[in-house]
Amino acid sequence: MKRFLSGDEAFAEGIRLACPDVISAYPITPQTVVVERLSEMVEDGSLDSEFIHVESEHSALSCAIGASAAGVRTFTATSSQGLLYMAEGLPYAAGGRFPVVMMNANRATALPWNIYGDQRDSLALLDTGWIQEYAADAQEALDMAVMSYYIAEHRDVSTPFMVNLDGFVLTHTYENVDIPDRERVREFLPPYETENCFDFEHPKNIGFSAGPETNFIFKYKEHRAFERAIHVIKEAERRFGELFGRKYTGLAEEYLTEDADYVIITLGTAAGLCRTIADELRREGVKAGVLRIRYMRPFPNEEIARALKNAKAAAVLEKDISFGNAGTVYVNVAAALQWAGVSTPLYDFVGGLGGKDITHADIRNIYESMGKGAPRVTFMGIGVE
Amino acid sequence: MSTKEIIWIGRGGQGAFTAAKLMGAACTEGYSLAFPTFGPERRGAPVRAFTKLSDTPVTDRSQTAAADCIAVLDKTLFTPELFSLLKEGGKLIVNSADETEGAVSFDADSTAAELRLPVVNTVMLAYVGKLTGLITKEQIFAAIDGYMPERLREKNKKAVERVFEG
Repeated sequence: MKRFLSGDEAFAEGIRLACPDVISAYPITPQTVVVERLSEMVEDGSLDSEFIHVESEHSALSCAIGASAAGVRTFTATSSQGLLYMAEGLPYAAGGRFPVVMMNANRATALPWNIYGDQRDSLALLDTGWIQEYAADAQEALDMAVMSYYIAEHRDVSTPFMVNLDGFVLTHTYENVDIPDRERVREFLPPYETENCFDFEHPKNIGFSAGPETNFIFKYKEHRAFERAIHVIKEAERRFGELFGRKYTGLAEEYLTEDADYVIITLGTAAGLCRTIADELRREGVKAGVLRIRYMRPFPNEEIARALKNAKAAAVLEKDISFGNAGTVYVNVAAALQWAGVSTPLYDFVGGLGGKDITHADIRNIYESMGKGAPRVTFMGIGVE
Repeated sequence: MSTKEIIWIGRGGQGAFTAAKLMGAACTEGYSLAFPTFGPERRGAPVRAFTKLSDTPVTDRSQTAAADCIAVLDKTLFTPELFSLLKEGGKLIVNSADETEGAVSFDADSTAAELRLPVVNTVMLAYVGKLTGLITKEQIFAAIDGYMPERLREKNKKAVERVFEG
């Protein structure tokens, strides 16, 4: 069924289809609509979930972890300061191998106070052991609400999953989305079954401590789960494509990169505008391409190295800066090139902070400056290193 | 068709964003986007909203800088600078009983008042459809049926009918 929905509404529709047993969330702009729609769905009976009203984001995630430890499917959603307030619980969920799914509306972090979109919230928490995906449109948001459970709950993965939607540009923009049939989603996504839960018949210790002799083994196992997740993501996308006819491309999505001289690497919705400009530049005879990172964890090391190998130059466009160095996406991309022995010059463009509109001229400027050799880090709109 | 872009200009509470959404929703055959200028919503404050229509997926989510049509729901928000946001041959429509130089004046207030509609958004939407040919009356009816609360549908459809007939 086609509906004209915002990114938030589309995501809520996806969660209705995935049907978590427990939802615990606290409203925060620009995620609020997700929480509102889900509570309406529970109220009108179209979603059979326990909706637990909590007093804070810290409690929201704690509650989801507890519910997951009871062996049920769980969901939470947040943004920005709310995500930071959850931070203590993030490695808890990951280390406990609880496959909680979270929607995060990417938003700037204070101070200065700002409710608009950038990606400094989730990127600051990249190392907490969660899978991180960044959606580019409302359809992908809806589909990821469903697919995230398949991947997170898979026995080989058993890892929490954060789906990121660009604040406002995606959460509050309306577009046509296809809502899959409920029965077919059931076929795709079986009920959650796990042994990693409290069980009176088979008592076990959950949420235990592990000293120096064994702690690193648990961390190694978490790391390995991300390697296995790469295969499970492919499997999920193949099955999803067979059932619903929509194709996804794994850890990264490439556009005209095959013969590209100049490539922009970016996350989320900004990739759409980059594609529009790449098309324009192609008509002018410039071989431009775009690589959209879909997953920051697990990270598309191989895809990036392959796509950039023959390029003359490449630039990361990111709504993030790690003060005192470069943006986090840049550092990750640079490491992928280093491992693969790819020496394509790579520049970092920091833009869209605090919701600043990224314009056609901005993207053209990135393509033009990387050809000439830009500073290593460019703050767009200011233009200094 | 290449992407067609419409800018809606109104005040908080006048339904400019609803008009933008209905137009996007009306475009069921192709692809469309609708979004407001983002931020806290305040009654009476100037707001802008955008609709983009295309027969291929709309990947550019930036604010419209070159519009095919600009619809001004409140004439006090009209300024000559708005012409710089129009494409060559683009149309600027102002809800006004008076002439506006270079723009198309359309007295949406009177039509809305006759039908006891408190806001002019669907009346302006109908006029945009009629003037530009980008959406038909039937498409607007379908969008009203799909996305407006039931109690508002008949009244608004009557207003749309009136504009297309007029």
